[in-house]
Amino acid sequence: MSVLENNKNGSADEELLKRFRPASEAETVRDVSKLGEEDLVKLRQTGVVLDAGDRLGTFLQTNCGVTKCECQVHGVEMLPITEALKKYDGLSEYWWKLVSPGKDAFTRETERDLDNGYFIRALPGQKVVYPLQTCLYIRSDNVAQRVHNVIIAEEGSELHVITGCATRPHLTSGLHIGVSEFFVKKGAKLVFTMIHNWGEEIYVRPRTGIRVEEDGIFVSNYVSLKGVKSIQTFPTATLTGARALVRFNSVIVAPEGAHIDSGARVIHEGPESKSEIISRTISYGGTVIARGHLVGKAPDIKAHLECQGLMLSERGVIHAIPELEAHIADVDMSHEAAVGRIAREEIEYLMARGLSEEEATSTIVRGFLNVKIDGLPRELEEELQAAVDECHKGM
Amino acid sequence: MLKIQDLWVDVQGKEVLKGINLEIGRGETHCLFGKNGSGKTTLLMTLMGFEGYKVKHGNIIFKGKDITNMSVNERAEMGIGLSFQRPPTLRGVKLRDLLTICAKDADRAVSLALSYGFEDFLDREVNLGFSGGEIKKSELLQLLAQDPDFTLLDEPESGVDVENLNVIGEMIKKLLQKDIHRNRTKSGLIITHTGFILNYVTADRGHVMLDGKIMCQGNPLEIFEGIQKYGYQECIKCQF
Repeated sequence: MSVLENNKNGSADEELLKRFRPASEAETVRDVSKLGEEDLVKLRQTGVVLDAGDRLGTFLQTNCGVTKCECQVHGVEMLPITEALKKYDGLSEYWWKLVSPGKDAFTRETERDLDNGYFIRALPGQKVVYPLQTCLYIRSDNVAQRVHNVIIAEEGSELHVITGCATRPHLTSGLHIGVSEFFVKKGAKLVFTMIHNWGEEIYVRPRTGIRVEEDGIFVSNYVSLKGVKSIQTFPTATLTGARALVRFNSVIVAPEGAHIDSGARVIHEGPESKSEIISRTISYGGTVIARGHLVGKAPDIKAHLECQGLMLSERGVIHAIPELEAHIADVDMSHEAAVGRIAREEIEYLMARGLSEEEATSTIVRGFLNVKIDGLPRELEEELQAAVDECHKGM
Repeated sequence: MLKIQDLWVDVQGKEVLKGINLEIGRGETHCLFGKNGSGKTTLLMTLMGFEGYKVKHGNIIFKGKDITNMSVNERAEMGIGLSFQRPPTLRGVKLRDLLTICAKDADRAVSLALSYGFEDFLDREVNLGFSGGEIKKSELLQLLAQDPDFTLLDEPESGVDVENLNVIGEMIKKLLQKDIHRNRTKSGLIITHTGFILNYVTADRGHVMLDGKIMCQGNPLEIFEGIQKYGYQECIKCQF
């Protein structure tokens, strides 16, 4: 059982919650045109583009209110979750089915007083290759934003969602709680890319559950490169159907002062299901806990876990915690973990090709962070590179 | 072009090179024979300036300048290039990027890869899952892109199958300007313990290294024949 579930910090969590006011007490922004230039820049840096025509579907929530919710894609439904609950009679098949409301103080808080969130559903057989975007934005100081999201990829559908989570520059404090429940039905595919771009004083508590049915595919890409006070995220995917496949890729940079407790769990209940958890983490003085937990309960499954950590400062901490748990004999489960500084011979190899030590280090770090990110737009890749380069300047 | 004067080098506190003297002129290719562990690779690593190869005594003069304490990249900028025997894998770094770094020009990098049939490797991560021959080809492509005046080749034929040896040989010839017969400006030092590379590339002079010292110098083919017939034992006895 993970630390997150054990939650020995229950009372500390309650204390943390008390420090913030509900997002509903903060201003709401009902239209994109009401956002300022610095908001737009920050959102762009988080992969959220609000110019007309760039994305076919956009959900943007600022504090507690919906700023934009528009989707032009045939066969895809996008609604604020509060509307979806009304329309679908409480979404009883999906609501709180993959995350337990009693899990911890944050889920209890979200159940008690929800701000909003998004609902996205791809109808059966609809394949949408253009990414839809969602964004949860905190714009006011000292706010606790509580959202609950549901994504449903119906049978045989395909859906790509990019979600950017950010705070307005210079906020002095904030808390984001995001409960997410994703359902990938028979033969469906969901690619979910999340970019975190919070501020240095922000606490972030995503609570995510995913269910993947027979022949379904779920791919999660998670990127967090900027300063943040504390992130605690541990999505759990249950592969209920045969041949279901899930892949978690994450790229995490912890600057000084950041505490990022991240990872993923995959429970294999379907035979011949496959999973892969790959994380690349860098500490520039902050703390990263890179978890991975694979649970094999069905025959002929294949599960692999890889944590690679680079220590680029003498002060930080990288703590890799890979766990393999087999309940039957007929499983193929493995893990690899390596943490350390950049190998001297790699730096010298590049120096022999004419790069300075600094350029060589930066090239290796860029390569290290170059986890293949499925469906990531070009401008976002550039942003990622720029962020990495920026991290380097201070070294 | 290169002059090594009474060079003594320690690796991890152990004396490996014990007074090396060697001079390689402009346009010349020299071949360094020696058993595994004799100090050949240490000499190359020291010439390139890698950390961990501590010069205790002596000098390395390149193009008239003392480079003994210069950084690796300064030496590269001055025109020294090295083909590694076992280069490290660079995760996430594409060969295309590395060749562009070497060539300082993306188009030239690509056209070089094309001319040696290596275009399928451009988007592969450097050395990841490369075979022995592919590693050597990749190393030589990087050097061709870099275009050094002085090339250090560490066992360029090791792990290469016969079919690829021809290509490797052609690449080395190109690097060392074997296609022109007068006024060559490029020099090279080739390390080999088997000597087979001499079937593909001619050398002007050969040296035999034993236990950190150069014991014998002369015509490379004659040395190679001697080693094939009698092994290195003969060199130990001979002491010219």
